[in-house]
Amino acid sequence: MIFCPLPLRGEGTIGHVADQSGFQPYFEAIGFGRWSFIDLLFRSRSLEIDTAESLDAVAAVVDKAVSQHGTRPQHLLAVLRQIQKDCHYLPKQALQSVARRFSLPLARVVGVAEFYGFLHTQPRGEYDIYFSDCVIDVFHDSEALMQRLCHRLRLQPGAVRGDRRVSIDTTSCTGLCDQGPALLVNGWPVPRLTPTLMDAMADHIERRVPVTQWPAEWFLIEDHLCRHDLLLNTPWRPGTGLKNALRQGVGWLLEQLTASGLRGRGGAGFPTARKWQFCRETPGDHYVVCNADEGEPGTFKDRELLKHYADQVFEGMTLAAFVTGARLGFLYLRGEYECLLRPLQAALRQRRCLGLLGRNLCGLMDFHFDIEIVVGAGAYICGEESALLNSIEGLRPHPRNRPPYPVTCGLWNQPTVVNNVESFAAASLIAVHGGEWFAKVGTEKSKGTKLLSISGDCARPGIYEVPFGITVAEVLGLCGSGETLGVQVGGPAGTFVAPSDYQRRIAYEDLGTGGSFMVFGSHRDIIDIATRFAQFFAHESCGFCTPCRVGTSLQLRLMEKIRRGWATAGDIQELESLKQLLEASHCGLGHTAHNPVQHTLAHYPGHYQARLRDLDFSPGFDLDNELETARQLTGRFGDHLRQV
Amino acid sequence: MPTISFDGQEITFEPGQTIIEAAMASDLYIPHLCWHPDFPPHGSCKLCSVKVNGRICSACTFPAAEGQEVVSSSEEVRQLRLRLTQMLFVEGNHFCPSCEKSGQCELQAMGYYLGMTDNHYPHFFPVRDIDASHPHVLLDRDRCIFCELCVRASRADGKNVFELAGRGIHTRLVVDSPSGKLGDSNLDVNDRAAHICPVGAIVVKETAFRIPIGQRKYDRRTIAEVSVAEEAPLLRKRYEQKED
Repeated sequence: MIFCPLPLRGEGTIGHVADQSGFQPYFEAIGFGRWSFIDLLFRSRSLEIDTAESLDAVAAVVDKAVSQHGTRPQHLLAVLRQIQKDCHYLPKQALQSVARRFSLPLARVVGVAEFYGFLHTQPRGEYDIYFSDCVIDVFHDSEALMQRLCHRLRLQPGAVRGDRRVSIDTTSCTGLCDQGPALLVNGWPVPRLTPTLMDAMADHIERRVPVTQWPAEWFLIEDHLCRHDLLLNTPWRPGTGLKNALRQGVGWLLEQLTASGLRGRGGAGFPTARKWQFCRETPGDHYVVCNADEGEPGTFKDRELLKHYADQVFEGMTLAAFVTGARLGFLYLRGEYECLLRPLQAALRQRRCLGLLGRNLCGLMDFHFDIEIVVGAGAYICGEESALLNSIEGLRPHPRNRPPYPVTCGLWNQPTVVNNVESFAAASLIAVHGGEWFAKVGTEKSKGTKLLSISGDCARPGIYEVPFGITVAEVLGLCGSGETLGVQVGGPAGTFVAPSDYQRRIAYEDLGTGGSFMVFGSHRDIIDIATRFAQFFAHESCGFCTPCRVGTSLQLRLMEKIRRGWATAGDIQELESLKQLLEASHCGLGHTAHNPVQHTLAHYPGHYQARLRDLDFSPGFDLDNELETARQLTGRFGDHLRQV
Repeated sequence: MPTISFDGQEITFEPGQTIIEAAMASDLYIPHLCWHPDFPPHGSCKLCSVKVNGRICSACTFPAAEGQEVVSSSEEVRQLRLRLTQMLFVEGNHFCPSCEKSGQCELQAMGYYLGMTDNHYPHFFPVRDIDASHPHVLLDRDRCIFCELCVRASRADGKNVFELAGRGIHTRLVVDSPSGKLGDSNLDVNDRAAHICPVGAIVVKETAFRIPIGQRKYDRRTIAEVSVAEEAPLLRKRYEQKED
């Protein structure tokens, strides 16, 4: 039996699960016939693309991807993703063919392809598995589970098995921390992993059961909407906000948004009304972009918003188009949420049927707006708005220089509104119920509510919609935490809050956050947490600027040194001095990469101190580590030392 | 004309100029590696970091604005630049004593200019490919600092021979040819891209060690002096062309 993602509904397939959990199957968009010629070729053990036949096969894959997605710059990522799916990697011939079709230099296509975590220029397994290495998943034993699966399938983590049946690796947070540990298999999320599940999965892979025929319950994503407020509680009917806005005019809508005090929910908190106004005032071909690249470890609110409130989000984008005059919008969906693509496309179709999207919106002669969805491929940096724009444009997603800002010079250098999923959802409700209704909740500078994604050591992880101004202590009460070491608010880039600071408030004027709220029980190791965050930044740094590219790696090395107990006081000094360097970085990733280290050092100097060696001098390298290459080559893993 | 304060000195600028352009137009040097007057600013090396009204900014991309207070020559900024230079040294493999670019290399000259006496950080010793396939041009990735000057120059040449690939610390310079080899690309030895590299990553073959020690570019002049002497006129020329 060969694996091929086929449209299989019912009969306990993923399609069936998906229906239950609100996910729609998306296989139709991907699949070949089960026994297609291409599949047969790619299944063969000696998969080298060198024969004329296999060259034809690659050409067919590219043809299919291109005819399905198109050859405009915004389609490049989709085409590459499709080829990766069909061939389990990006063969050189395919990249060459893509370069020709898109009229791009081959090296530029390679540059784009090599950037993303889910795209590979070397073959991957027919079952391509990624375990989330988010600290929350790790604390729920994801590493042991990965070891178990690897052991069962007889391969090393990070490797591809000799027969190319399976590859297992790690990836950054998959947005399932409320029901982790989690993994992705061929793009499909599997939450709530257990040792038994690992054994069963290994068995399915050995027997070559297609992922589409794996047990339905493995893929079930639970909702965990634990606290509802303004946003989650207010009933919604498609078109109500838009029609109200059309009746009362752009001026009215901007007034209401201003009165609502709505600020960007991604964490930066720029006033939404002003952003839309600036964009409107800048001449050009305007665009509206929804940032659904929710990559901050520990966040998963957009997963639920896009699952259950998608229409409201799209209406928010349409309102922004009404204000700015944009005719085209993009929703940039993180690759990890690809399972949401089909339902989102269905939601878009429904809006088109209702006359709420497309040409002549709401019957108006001069109002045209449509939305395309671009799916990412595993790069945290794409959550940075200008990197996201580059990603849509089919470029390497390096953050851009600012100024100019996207609002005046964004997508294809045109004025562009970029907002978070939650901001657009809120804007829709404001258009229905008015600004005052929204502003009644919250604090003076932070109006409304915030969706928190709570995970970690607490009784009830999930999504909590809380009014701004709520204290950390109150949030901990809601989710049922026990004794805690601290809380990471806003993800690794945010703030580590120690128990002495639990009276601090969730609000832009105090603890600004995109929504990640990770609870760490008192039994957790602070050094381990900070090291894993350092690892996250080193892995996700785009590499554009010197301080972040090199600085995040240096920071990780120092943290590792401390964690292993080899560091001295001088290393702590060195670690502290990296702060100023990282602050010279090009974008927010580098600017905030030092936060977890800085905050934990400030609150828990004793924990760091206890790991240090009482030495005046420590070697600049680890002898054991340096010998590793020689050990690999000779196959002698220190056994001979024991014989001495 | 509007002015900014640059290290306490009032200098004029034309609207639209970046801080580095304003400084360079007044023959004032700000350290830089990825900036070149002939190409669009990039902002990746961060050597041109200055304090603008108390905040660290890249002088090559940050627009000059009336009344700005720019600090470029404080000890704090020098220390930052020194550490950045050391980062560039340790992330690659830079063996100056045997390098044919020695004495003509901007990274090495920057080290001298900033008073660098050691690498400070542990070496990464990355394993990178060397490409000697081109008959006249050598690509030694060990020395690449990812300034993308060759990428920009090759685009200006109309060829797109060079691009960056990979991510983060694994970023690498790639060549646009079916084999990925320089020899199969359409790079010509007379292309600007073959001569723009500030370090020894892209060097023209059979030109090494021709200039005796003592007469090389940075043997008698600092990088600051060379930059003001050679790059400031290029910048002026660009403005004159613009006005025409």
